[in-house]
Amino acid sequence: MNDFLEQRKKRLEVFKKTVRKKEVTYKPINIPEGLFLKCDQCGAALYEKNLQIGQYICPFCDYHFRMSALNRMHLTVDEGSFEPLFDGIQSLNPLGMHGYEEKLNIGKALSKINEAFLCGTAQIVGSKIAIGILDSTFMMGSMGSAVGEKVTRLIEYSTTEKLPLIIFSASGGARMQEGIFSLMQMAKTSAALLKHDQEKLLYISVLTNPTTGGVAASFASLGDIMIAEKSSLIGFAGARVIKQTIMQDLPDGFQTDTFQLSHGQVDLIVHRRDMRKMLHQLLKLHEGKQVAS
Amino acid sequence: MSKSAWEIVKLARHPKRMTSRGVIDALISDFVELKGDRLYRDDQAIIGGIGKFNATPVTIIAQEKGITTEEKIYHNFGMPHPEGYHKALRLMRQAEKFNRPILSIIDTPGAYPGIGAEERGQARAIAYNLQQMMDLTVPIIIVVLGEGGSGGALGVGVGDYVCMFENAIYSILSPEGFASIIYRDSTKAEQAANMMKITAQDLLEFGIIEEIIVEGEGLHLEPNVGLNNLKKALTRQFNRLLKMNKTTLLKQRYQKFRDIGVYEERGDEEDEQTED
Repeated sequence: MNDFLEQRKKRLEVFKKTVRKKEVTYKPINIPEGLFLKCDQCGAALYEKNLQIGQYICPFCDYHFRMSALNRMHLTVDEGSFEPLFDGIQSLNPLGMHGYEEKLNIGKALSKINEAFLCGTAQIVGSKIAIGILDSTFMMGSMGSAVGEKVTRLIEYSTTEKLPLIIFSASGGARMQEGIFSLMQMAKTSAALLKHDQEKLLYISVLTNPTTGGVAASFASLGDIMIAEKSSLIGFAGARVIKQTIMQDLPDGFQTDTFQLSHGQVDLIVHRRDMRKMLHQLLKLHEGKQVAS
Repeated sequence: MSKSAWEIVKLARHPKRMTSRGVIDALISDFVELKGDRLYRDDQAIIGGIGKFNATPVTIIAQEKGITTEEKIYHNFGMPHPEGYHKALRLMRQAEKFNRPILSIIDTPGAYPGIGAEERGQARAIAYNLQQMMDLTVPIIIVVLGEGGSGGALGVGVGDYVCMFENAIYSILSPEGFASIIYRDSTKAEQAANMMKITAQDLLEFGIIEEIIVEGEGLHLEPNVGLNNLKKALTRQFNRLLKMNKTTLLKQRYQKFRDIGVYEERGDEEDEQTED
């Protein structure tokens, strides 16, 4: 019996040595940063190029990755139809906040646009629209004076040009660095929509991941048609703040797209793959003439 | 002489500071409170009703924090749910019907962050008020009494003339919240308050408010000075606004908010800077 144990011990040592040797000789393959992305929902490692082709949707669990405004524009409108407007409007630092300019520069580099809101005119299957897209890679798509001004100008433009308006929101809310100026953009953008509304023009608001705070509590909630993109976080107050206030755990699925649908805050949830088709369908339904006899 | 922003924050939240109820009792006669949003319930974080200001019937919308512990709980510390905003809009539309000017008093740490509030559409309730208040054809005067907490305050804060008490604050977020986001440390609230530009003086310079109501000793010690000054301001402004024709009134209200913002506009041909 002892012999057997001795033998096993020796064999184990040999085994360990070879295993260790293998570990030593193993050289990791050098994978460049950003080639693979990890799915936030199921943890799958996904090849970035494939993800891009697949409209930034996880092929395993259908999770919708956040996407930049430029990618979203590319995905949504007819190729080559986008013409930017108000691109020269950029942020200043009215309160002299330390480090704000640096954050703006990082935002510009990450999003490849001048501000967190990309807007202009474009076509969806031939229907001309005014379109704006918030970019969550630019300071969490937050709304300061420049974003507020661009949103307002886009609304005013679509009002005077009598165009249907589509805005994709992706935002943490008002931009803290500009204090009260950011807060007032909520009133400014909402008021501009009143005039658009009075001209009986269509406004489709698409809430994407995430739409919260001051953006949720202004222009993003005032659509004639409210669409939530699948797997989006949508709400007013942040989950952490709510948890601290009420001192209890939040229910499963709190502030998700399905939560908003079941509580009557949005008209429909649309999968990213079907978004363009749905927008086209809705635009066409608003182009209809009187029923011919 | 001049107080730091943090000292003003402490005065704005002073436990003995007069609340909206005190303003109503002092300046409004024959007040009748009107309750409920006709949809779900009555939210006591916002009091609404009709009364007379200098013999003129006005509609009053007032965020109420309460002073005693029971009152504070009853009024949910002045933090409205969506029903509060719905009620406010219902009463403001009613004011429009009967051609009554509106007095809206702001005093809230913010809209209530809770499960029910989210379920019933807090974001949309505020957004809709922002839009609809721009369209009311009667004069609206806003008084920031204590704390003007973010969207929760702005949700009843769109109007023709905004005045603010000397020791009140109006901000995008509480200094504590701001400190925890920007400095990742909520104990740096004092530092944040002094950075954020949230005092009446700051906001007057920015053109966000039109007038500072001087308090004298302070509303927590001697409310009469402040109340008298408020009465004078309201008399002056209601008289001015009531003479205005409705189109001009709405145009000016819109333009006031339309012009707020500090940004630059870089064109191909010229460099232009725009300030509020």
